[in-house]
Amino acid sequence: MFNHLLSLLIWLPIVGAVPVLLAGSGRPNTARWISLLMAILTFAVSLFLIPQYHPDVAGMQLVESHLWIESLNVHYGLGVDGISVALILLTTFVGILVIVGAWEVIQDKPHQYMAAMLVLEGLMIGVFCATDALLFYVFFEAMLIPMFILIGIWGGPRRVYATLKFFIYTFFGSIFMLVGLIYLYLKAGTFDLHTLTTLPLSMQEQSWLFFAFLLAFAVKVPMVPVHTWLPDAHVEAPTGGSVVLAAVMLKIGGYGFLRFSLPIVPDASHHFAWVVILLSLIAVVYIGYVALVQEDMKKLVAYSSVAHMGFVTLGVFIAFMLVREQGNTDAARLGLQGAMVQMISHGFVSGAMFSCIGVLYDRLHTRLIKDYGGVINVMPWFGFFYVFFAMANCGLPGTSGFVGEFMVILSSFSANPWIALFAAFTLIIGAAYTLYLVKRVLWGEVTNPHVAEMTDINGREWFVLGAFAVAVLVLGVWPEPLTHLMDTSVNQLVQVLAIHKV
Amino acid sequence: MPTINDILIMLPEFFLVTAACILLLADAFMKPAERVYLHWLSIGVLVVTGYLVLRFQPGTVTAFNGMFIRDGLSTILKLFALLSTILVFIYGRPYMRDRQLYVGEFYTLMIFAVIGVMLLVSAGNLVMVYLGLELLTLSSYALVALNRDSSLSSEAAIKYFVLGALSSGMLLYGMSMVYGATGTLDLMQLHTAAPHSAMPHLLVFGLVFMVIGVAFKLGVAPFHMWIPDVYEGSPTAVTAFIGSASKLAAFGMAFRLLATGMGDFAQHWQIMLAALAVLSLAIGNVVAIVQSNLKRLLAYSTISHMGYLLLGLVNAGPEGYSAAMFYAVSYALMSTAAFGVILALSRAGFECENIDDFKGLNQRAPWMAFLMMLALFSLAGVPPMFGFFAKLLVLQAAIHANMLWLAIVGAVFAIIGLYYYLRVVKVMYFDKPEAGTEVRLQPDFTLRVALSLNALVLLALGLYWGPLLSWCKQAFVG
Repeated sequence: MFNHLLSLLIWLPIVGAVPVLLAGSGRPNTARWISLLMAILTFAVSLFLIPQYHPDVAGMQLVESHLWIESLNVHYGLGVDGISVALILLTTFVGILVIVGAWEVIQDKPHQYMAAMLVLEGLMIGVFCATDALLFYVFFEAMLIPMFILIGIWGGPRRVYATLKFFIYTFFGSIFMLVGLIYLYLKAGTFDLHTLTTLPLSMQEQSWLFFAFLLAFAVKVPMVPVHTWLPDAHVEAPTGGSVVLAAVMLKIGGYGFLRFSLPIVPDASHHFAWVVILLSLIAVVYIGYVALVQEDMKKLVAYSSVAHMGFVTLGVFIAFMLVREQGNTDAARLGLQGAMVQMISHGFVSGAMFSCIGVLYDRLHTRLIKDYGGVINVMPWFGFFYVFFAMANCGLPGTSGFVGEFMVILSSFSANPWIALFAAFTLIIGAAYTLYLVKRVLWGEVTNPHVAEMTDINGREWFVLGAFAVAVLVLGVWPEPLTHLMDTSVNQLVQVLAIHKV
Repeated sequence: MPTINDILIMLPEFFLVTAACILLLADAFMKPAERVYLHWLSIGVLVVTGYLVLRFQPGTVTAFNGMFIRDGLSTILKLFALLSTILVFIYGRPYMRDRQLYVGEFYTLMIFAVIGVMLLVSAGNLVMVYLGLELLTLSSYALVALNRDSSLSSEAAIKYFVLGALSSGMLLYGMSMVYGATGTLDLMQLHTAAPHSAMPHLLVFGLVFMVIGVAFKLGVAPFHMWIPDVYEGSPTAVTAFIGSASKLAAFGMAFRLLATGMGDFAQHWQIMLAALAVLSLAIGNVVAIVQSNLKRLLAYSTISHMGYLLLGLVNAGPEGYSAAMFYAVSYALMSTAAFGVILALSRAGFECENIDDFKGLNQRAPWMAFLMMLALFSLAGVPPMFGFFAKLLVLQAAIHANMLWLAIVGAVFAIIGLYYYLRVVKVMYFDKPEAGTEVRLQPDFTLRVALSLNALVLLALGLYWGPLLSWCKQAFVG
């Protein structure tokens, strides 16, 4: 039996980037086709995860473990559970769409752009597969390099500021996690995540570690008040960079909470859950208002990402209150499930929103809302997609945006109706800023003469937006396969939450 | 009486001394056009020396009544010192030729400096430490001043000489006190005699001065003043040597004096080194931010890197020593790669040393930009590069020594350090090349191959650094 499926998934795009680079700037089309081929191959390989992975079996599957550094007992350890499988599929799916989306758009050194995208994809898959904390950290940090370059070379006018801010912010968050991981390693003698989960830790140790992890993942998610890099990075990044950033990279923060904070430091996570819940509610309500007043479309969607990711952290940490204080494991499961569904759904919706903005930007080279208006008159098909994704962004039932938010609100109601009340504000604020955006961009009369010259989306754009739309719709009306995929893993996580380490 | 066995133990050193003398003579009879033979002969000599070092590897043996120690530590440091010198020869040749510095002295002085390195890291006696150190530094002074028409170069050499002489004086002063307190110069005997000394205060006093001597050689703050000027003023090939082989020697010297000699006084020097480390991390990383000259920037980066190296030494156990050695080796490889790119991009009449000279390099020489990026990310300690794992090990060593605060200081300054490396990457990748400037790569084939390998090794060792670490750890077992 071939049991290197995960390694193949990680290294195929990374190694695939080499021929793309070698194809050189002289033959941009060759580079484009090779990278598309690599992305499709990676997606095809990732589809093999579905038959290979048994959703009813708990624990890591498709495990690979090789001794990497013998004298430190560091392993090249890979494995997936339901949560990782879902996120890997999201990554490979988005991987194709960003390559297609950048096809003619990136004219300057397309081979380097495509290669950076492929490397990034491989590293992100690595993050979701790693079962060794050091390996996780390596992927987690290495990911910054291609993103740094993507924003810095192909970004907007303030790209240098944005990309430096992005890199240093994230590095700042994660280096303290590294110190925490070394501390854990010296205690446990291994970086293996499963062993770290069972390691007994005093409350004081747990608290320090909790904040080390919180800093790393809160920056990545991003949570208020360390979210300020995100609007800058999103605004300046090229469309593909924004899509990957919003659709996959932010999820790594949420994933980190599930993999590190919850199982390794459960007591401190419980003790400080109110901090995270409070910050999540601030994200949902306050950042929602911030989004309302944005004049730049990308900034608006970036802030809406922060608000939506607030639901993820809320769902994750509300589970503690439910399990530890009420013994209500069903509601806790619902919260975690909701957080996961929200992550996947936000991956599709935000990726689609940024792709839409990219479509507009390619035509008019502005992202300011006031430059548009009446776009629906000249681009009916585009308008169709845009409205659809906007609805998903508000959480309209029938789209994927509804499912996750609903689950999280439901479970937080069991914990504390007040939390649910504030969380539910998103339904109003989210609808407000999204519909206001649609109103100003799509509806009304064409006031800008350049808008009148815009052409509707072409086949390539149709493909990208159509693929996102199908994903959003399927997940919205039939989320059962996704929840089934993650059910056992979430159950296991809930059991871990209940175990006191002190 | 020296026996044949003593000579066999020191065979690599004897061979290199003999070869250096022959090369010196041969150079006198060579026409300038034939200098290429000298170049390859020197490299050949270093390769053979490396082979001889490797040949008699296992076990710890001493020669000449304990004057000379051959062990795992000295083997590794010698091999990497030889390797980095070979790289400097290859990278430096076109550069030196363009500046009329392609002379025999360059090769012979370098080789004598390497002999100094080899003696220093194998020293088993305080006299031997001093001898090796002086051989290395005296050759280095001359090398720094090689470009005698340049006032910058002469100024650097004078500064280096004056401060170097001062530090040697301090070191000797410390050694004399240690000798006075224990009555021995032999490091092993010192180790056993020191705890029973009748004058422990004098001993600690001497230790302070020895630490100062080591700090000068490593270039850690506040004894770092010579570093920026010497780095900037020297011919870049010499800077690359001072930044690599010389640092390995400094680590070897620190280990011999502090661990081998004064190992039982670790609680005293640990705290001194911790203070030096914090200062170096702060000064190195913060001052580097405002530099506009890349050589000067790398000089301040050296200061901070030596601070990280001290984080390993502070541990004062085999784990910490191996981490520090791993760090020294990684730093030597990273700095040769970074200086190699500067050497490859410089040409007659043009020093590619200002950060602005690297503007838009990715558009003009993408491969060079890529190699430089690998070196810079490695220096910054971003995974999966080699430099990250070196930092990981020293942070781990510091935490293991119950100095969590020191590791956190190291982590914080890694963030600040990241900024100025990123600034160079930014200039290379995100800026447009300036009109009226051009990039002309040195056409030297061996340089390109060696430089590419050097930089790619930083990535390869980042992905698979286990064997090197085991090797470093073995050196400190038993």
